[in-house]
Amino acid sequence: MTHGLNQHPLEAARFVGNHERARWHDGALWFVRTKRDRAAASVPEWEQLREIASQIKGHLIARLPEYLEQFEERAVGLGAHVHWAADAAEHNQIVLKLLQQHNVKRVVKSKSMLTEECHLNPFLEQHAIEVVDTDLGERIVQMRGESPSHIVLPAIHIKKEEVGALFHEQLGTQVGATDPAYLTESARKHLRQKFLKADAGITGVNFAIAETGGLVVCTNEGNADLGVSLPKLHIACMGIEKLVPRAADLGVFLRLLARSATGQPITTYSSHFHGPRPAGELHIVIVDNGRSWLRTSEEFRRSLNCIRCGACMNTCPVYRRSGGHSYHYTVPGPIGSILAPATDARQHASLPFACSLCGSCSDVCPVKIDLHQQLLTWRHEIASRHLLPLSKRLAMRVGRFVLSRPRLYQWAGAAARLALRLLPRSILYHRWNVWGRQRDLPEAPRRSFRQLYRRRRHEQ
Amino acid sequence: MHAALFVPCYIDQFYPQVAFATIDVLGQHGVEVEFPAAQTCCGQPMANIGCSDDARPLAQRFLEIFQPYTHVVCPSGSCVAMIRHHYDGLLDESSELADLKEKTFELCEFLTDVLEIEGISGSFPHRVGLHQSCHGLRELRLGSCTERMDSTDNKIHRLLESLEGIQLTELRRQDECCGFGGTFAVSEEAVSTMMGLDRLHDHQEAGTEILTAADMSCLMHLDGLIQRQRFPMRVMHVAEILAGRPGSVPATEGGR
Repeated sequence: MTHGLNQHPLEAARFVGNHERARWHDGALWFVRTKRDRAAASVPEWEQLREIASQIKGHLIARLPEYLEQFEERAVGLGAHVHWAADAAEHNQIVLKLLQQHNVKRVVKSKSMLTEECHLNPFLEQHAIEVVDTDLGERIVQMRGESPSHIVLPAIHIKKEEVGALFHEQLGTQVGATDPAYLTESARKHLRQKFLKADAGITGVNFAIAETGGLVVCTNEGNADLGVSLPKLHIACMGIEKLVPRAADLGVFLRLLARSATGQPITTYSSHFHGPRPAGELHIVIVDNGRSWLRTSEEFRRSLNCIRCGACMNTCPVYRRSGGHSYHYTVPGPIGSILAPATDARQHASLPFACSLCGSCSDVCPVKIDLHQQLLTWRHEIASRHLLPLSKRLAMRVGRFVLSRPRLYQWAGAAARLALRLLPRSILYHRWNVWGRQRDLPEAPRRSFRQLYRRRRHEQ
Repeated sequence: MHAALFVPCYIDQFYPQVAFATIDVLGQHGVEVEFPAAQTCCGQPMANIGCSDDARPLAQRFLEIFQPYTHVVCPSGSCVAMIRHHYDGLLDESSELADLKEKTFELCEFLTDVLEIEGISGSFPHRVGLHQSCHGLRELRLGSCTERMDSTDNKIHRLLESLEGIQLTELRRQDECCGFGGTFAVSEEAVSTMMGLDRLHDHQEAGTEILTAADMSCLMHLDGLIQRQRFPMRVMHVAEILAGRPGSVPATEGGR
């Protein structure tokens, strides 16, 4: 695996290299983006909702410690157990210990980006516990031994023909089957057995309500409900930023979430869990894993507003053409490119540059995170930590030197234009001319504007 | 009225006709234009790569050079967005900076908001595709983007529409980025060129003959692709169209 500033460009070039597939991927996500546009347009107060959501989250993050304590108190009052994890390793240990205490061998898990972030599956498998992802998309990527390429549409990079081949191999479906209804039905039968045999259910959390101590989990397949209805043990894993202050706030966030994510008016199942079900146990694991660092940062704090709808990915012209795996982080796309460098700036240094600064993500975001601005801020952070290569730093230093001196700038400009005019194409378009691989250079005029302007003034 | 002309460095070097067209449009509406010769670059290339230390002295120079003027007009939304939204992160707060941010305008918004021009007299009998350059659209809000649900009038569109005989083409994706993005065009070359080609195919299907924008940098990238791939299209900066330059003569002849 390559690191640093070349990582995303190399992966993206490989993705774009399969042009037909890159076009298909771009089109599939653009379709979701346009569905979102229609759904958002159906709400006359859309922009007000975004503003309110942004303010609620801003307030929540500012008073996070109080709200977390309130949530713990109310959740415990409802009979749940609350556990605190500083990082991914502690989270995984807590979950493992709970499973071992309950003698669990088989777990079903609904979609949770947090457990992906903590790499819970491989950890549990190392300890001889079977974990089955029950979201269809996640199950597909799990069967392929991959990670999700999108936080809402984990298998968006896979075509139905490939799903057919995979299911034929692993589930024994008919050869060459591509009918989505048939394949989904087969997955449903396969998963039903897993649900019936599971000893515990793990879910993520979309919203945790400080006021009530309750949890809300949103799925389109009902798999969270199925997974926690039979086994005695329900473990819900959440990041510290998943809180909302009041139950009434759900009226803002649930309306924004589904419309922004998939263009649906509401997620099919918005399941509420207030304490354990009778004779069951509910354990809530609350994880920091770098979020407190983000919270202390004036600039990056707003990234904690994120409700993981994925709209910034669907709209991002770079994500659509480079695929989620090119980001090498659990959360890809614009929001991932802010979160990833916070975990390791050197390793993820290319991500804030995998952006044309078009600003579409900031305008689509339902909680008004100024994503492209934060990506720009990350670039400054990366430069100030000396993570830019010497060539780039030198180029900028030379640029500053030349552009601070109008005469030198004029001379350099004239020399560059002369070279462009005189040099043969074979020399201009050498292998290091990256611009010129697929694009012509602009035609260089004999004189610059300032020369022509001066001459014109002289003649008048 | 008097205004200082701010000419982005790449326009100065490669597209002098765009700066002259800007002078002419402003002149046609009674604005006397002066070009302060000490100007070079606003510092955006350095700022966008993260090198604030290299961008800062250029921002400081810019502030000093344009201080004496009442208005600053520039034929680039991106460079104006740099002054208006990103100088705050480079320069200390001062009344001079606040003043600079208030008096610096992109050409089209200067025409519609300061001069309060409703339309441009003249004709341009061509099928014109408007590329919505991102910084003009989403940072200067020259129009409303498709992501937002509070639609406002598009200033560039309104000016172009007022020309006699002009036909503005309808695109599948009205305001997707062309993929230029400054150094992004080189550091993410594969994605950048795919984005550009996607825009050009959209325009080609819509029947665009002349591709225009309020940012020459987007057009430089798109024209590079047009020349190489021989798209039946020409690029013209919006200032050239508004100044009454004929559409039949290619504005830039491109590479080859």
